[in-house]
Amino acid sequence: MAPVIRELEVAVREKAFAGPDGAPRIVLRDVDFRMRLDEFVAIVGPSGAGKTTLLKIIAGLDTAFAGAVRFTGTAGAAPPIGFVFQEPRLLPWRSVFENIALVLPRHADRSAVTRLLGEVGLADFADALPPRLSLGMARRVALARALAVAPDLLLMDEPFVSLDRPTAERLRVLLLTLWRARPCGVLFVTHDLREAVALADRILLFSAAPGRLVADVAVPLPRDRRADPAAVDAVCAAIAPLQGRAAVS
Amino acid sequence: MRAASFLLFLAIWEIAARWAGARNLPTIEAVAAALLDELARGELLHQLGVTLGRVLAAFIIAMALGSAFGLAMARWRALDLLFDGWVVLLLNLPALVIAVLAYVWFGLTDAAAIGAVAVNKLPLVAMTMREGGRSLAGELAEMATVFHLGRWRRFRHVVAPQLAPFLLVATRSGLSLIWKIVLVVELLGRSDGVGFKLQLYFQLFDVPHILAYALAFAAIVQAIEWGLLQPLERRIGRWRR
Repeated sequence: MAPVIRELEVAVREKAFAGPDGAPRIVLRDVDFRMRLDEFVAIVGPSGAGKTTLLKIIAGLDTAFAGAVRFTGTAGAAPPIGFVFQEPRLLPWRSVFENIALVLPRHADRSAVTRLLGEVGLADFADALPPRLSLGMARRVALARALAVAPDLLLMDEPFVSLDRPTAERLRVLLLTLWRARPCGVLFVTHDLREAVALADRILLFSAAPGRLVADVAVPLPRDRRADPAAVDAVCAAIAPLQGRAAVS
Repeated sequence: MRAASFLLFLAIWEIAARWAGARNLPTIEAVAAALLDELARGELLHQLGVTLGRVLAAFIIAMALGSAFGLAMARWRALDLLFDGWVVLLLNLPALVIAVLAYVWFGLTDAAAIGAVAVNKLPLVAMTMREGGRSLAGELAEMATVFHLGRWRRFRHVVAPQLAPFLLVATRSGLSLIWKIVLVVELLGRSDGVGFKLQLYFQLFDVPHILAYALAFAAIVQAIEWGLLQPLERRIGRWRR
């Protein structure tokens, strides 16, 4: 069956927070884009560009903004959304298994949890408590939890930062494997252009605060060549100036 | 080591009793005799039961109302501003004043006694639970919202485990306060309970019986601490280790 929901449509006119002095501080301005819900899109921008805020807006966690977030192809209802936060945000007092089972519907088949744990390589850690896990393992659990809701849209907020390079690389490979097995839209926030090029179909470049969308680039590199560092470097070199130019103007 | 500590206590008692004379500090034997006497007449268990019933009732009322107030104050700023002064006032009001006023206004009844004890403990619970409510992690709340956890699941898996340590502190401090106050309240206006018996034997200057009741009461407090509170504490803190 073809997925009913086809697209995410984001049109944020403005998003502001109250600054320390009470004056509003604008973090996002005129962010407009659409993405199909089988596309892998990366958002790249400097810190403070409102990337996390944008994800929260899309997830419905933050509704105090001017603009609209719409899903087309549905009767206006938001589809299931999986969220992988920058910190894993697991419940430290519940086992790995329970952390994932928690987000399933009440009468759902709990064997799905075991299957997911197997897929992220944590079959032996179902009964472990999160404080016992390494950061890399905790992030696998967070990923499994987000996938447990069978999302149409997977929001990921720098999910692989502060990991050592091989661990981050393994997680990227794992993410792509899982994504191919269950096509959904992925919106992946990162400040690392190389990571974006290695993963995404499309890259949205954000300016420094207030965050604006300065470029929307399709990654011109076939997926079977993403493992080649030289090819990735070349693409980065081609894309990076787009952001620099915008920052200057 | 606990056993040694207990034996040391008994030894010091026995020596002090011989030195001070039986009238002021009776020997262990005399107190044990008084204890057995009260136990045989069924008096001891009855009075302990009455007092424990009041402790339990006051505890439940104070925990329920105090938690509700405290969490509401943590949640809504307006309520916090409204009740903060009251809580502090109540916290600093001497237990005796509350007990006397309760008896004057509501008569020498069990309800007044239990109410007075509960009101004494309530502000302590409210303040502790307000701290707990304020310390709830916003990150976990966002997680619960994003994944559409229902009310019950959110409470049981996300909120309650965060509040549990505060609830335990409130239980601890609350119980130790109630133990002390309940006897005073009984002494003032009830005709049964451990507090009443202590007053009775005080008027008769019957020190062995006073000590017999005091020790039996202390033993129960200790039993609750070891049998209930400490296992509970270990259970709640399990995930930290």
